[in-house]
Amino acid sequence: MKNETAQSARGHSWWAYVVLLPILLIVGVPFIWLVCAAFKNNADFFTSVLLPRGEGFLGIAWDRITLDNFRALLAKGGFARATLNSVLLSSVIAVGATLFCAMGGYALARVRFAGRRWVQWLVMAALVIPPPLLLAPGFELLYHLGLLDRMLGLILPALAPAFGVYLFQQATHSSVPKELIEAARLDGCSELSAFWKVGLPLLQPMASAFMLITFLGVWNNFLTPQVVMQSPGQFPLAVAVAQLKNTYYQDYGLLMAGTLASIVPVALLFLLLQKDFVAGLTSGAVKG
Amino acid sequence: MSAQTSVASSHERVRPSSAPTGWQGWVLVAPFLLCFGVFSLWPLLNAARLATQQTYGPGFSRFVGLENFSQLLRDPMFWTALKNTSSFTLLSVLVQMPLALGLAMLLNRPGLRGRGFMRLILFSPVLVGVVFTAMIFAVLLEKRTGLINIALHQAIGWDLDFAWLERGVMSSLVLATAWQYTGFNMVYFLAALQTVPEELKQAARLDGAGPWARFRHVTLPAIRPVAMFVVLLCIIGSFQVFELPYILLNGGAGPDNRGLTLVMYLYQTGFQTGDLGYAAAIGWMLALILATFGIAQRVLASRHERMKGGTGGGA
Repeated sequence: MKNETAQSARGHSWWAYVVLLPILLIVGVPFIWLVCAAFKNNADFFTSVLLPRGEGFLGIAWDRITLDNFRALLAKGGFARATLNSVLLSSVIAVGATLFCAMGGYALARVRFAGRRWVQWLVMAALVIPPPLLLAPGFELLYHLGLLDRMLGLILPALAPAFGVYLFQQATHSSVPKELIEAARLDGCSELSAFWKVGLPLLQPMASAFMLITFLGVWNNFLTPQVVMQSPGQFPLAVAVAQLKNTYYQDYGLLMAGTLASIVPVALLFLLLQKDFVAGLTSGAVKG
Repeated sequence: MSAQTSVASSHERVRPSSAPTGWQGWVLVAPFLLCFGVFSLWPLLNAARLATQQTYGPGFSRFVGLENFSQLLRDPMFWTALKNTSSFTLLSVLVQMPLALGLAMLLNRPGLRGRGFMRLILFSPVLVGVVFTAMIFAVLLEKRTGLINIALHQAIGWDLDFAWLERGVMSSLVLATAWQYTGFNMVYFLAALQTVPEELKQAARLDGAGPWARFRHVTLPAIRPVAMFVVLLCIIGSFQVFELPYILLNGGAGPDNRGLTLVMYLYQTGFQTGDLGYAAAIGWMLALILATFGIAQRVLASRHERMKGGTGGGA
């Protein structure tokens, strides 16, 4: 019966492909365009829509494909430094925030302590604060702490996203059985080692998803580093690439090379960890 | 909604403890709480203080009471920003929601091949940072050399010299945002559609319900909570739009401030003019607007719940 319906539906879904394929193409074209633009020189940029035409395989002048844009990027933009900054910021924050949020969420879900309700209330309230509201007072605070234009000024505030605590609390409720924690306590585990030995391993799927989301969020964040960082040596990629546009606004090849080089690492990371990621992204919402 | 359930469920009886573990719970929440307190809670309190001050950079300020707010209401730039942001939000919802739901329904058809691959392609733009999306679209939207004008020119004889970033600022913003987020919204819809019981659709089909009736009376009620959540998410995100116009319009607001958004105005007053107080006031207005939408969503959702409960009881 089930098979029958599936088959009849397959017979009827040819038009679904007819609708989907052009949309897939439209979504894909900016990526294709980006890659093509990054690998051709500016003369070819103005004369060819995608790759320069010529005698080679598929009618494309493969010999005119060039890495010059990437060389220029390394020479001009302080690009290597910006990449390093982005990698450093994103990894440190991703690991730190995941750990802090896992600990907090786990404690709220499975440990009884005085004032827990109060912390709980704080986390829920924090979920509704729009980040731009904290921009001006956050800047003022970093100024008084002497953390402006320093990596720590970006790292410390990013280590405590309330959203993460909320996610880990949900994950603890659904995947860390009370009985197991109970058993660990009876075996003489402290709350800390129960978290470390029993809770955290069970939270691992959520932890890897959250780590990935956080990494991506920091990598792609522009507004905070734009406000906090002042010297070009401190810029992460998002800010450095945007600066390229101000300085070399006519050098499309260079701009697209910088953009491509900034997108590729996170795209690879995502492709490797795809399953975790989508599950993590939707887990917060669909349950509601 | 889920927030409240989780609060409730975490209050259910935790074991009557033999050893006092209270302080250990605090150790677990301490790292989060410390960072959160210093870098979120303290700035939040200061946002209230700042909003009553006029500042010249972070070092110098004077108390002005509620003057920032009364000036905001008389500030034509603020109203322009609010108007632009609202139209952008409205258009984004109107463009993205039907597209995302439509795509999700297509992908959810039983027997469709390559679903995983297509979902991946449609979803992929959300991985690209808004800054990088803006970089790509800045070049795509160029006159003469941009792909969008070239494609439109060849398809319908569109003017190759049409300056999107001068005469079509809003369309450009909505287009780039739709490219970026439609697939993301689609993933939520897809997850929701997969919870619609297949038997229910079959039953409706056997009862002679057409596709529209099935959508209206079976699918829509089932995905309604998620749909409302996705709309809220889209509104909250759209109201905070900043990077896209900022990069596309080279750090300005475009001709006639057509690309001026609330957060861009906040950024300009706070970090270019240096009046952090006025920026904080704009931040509070933004928070107020978003809170209104959040509350409206709650009210709508709970009213719907009650209606459902009512009819269920009656039957």
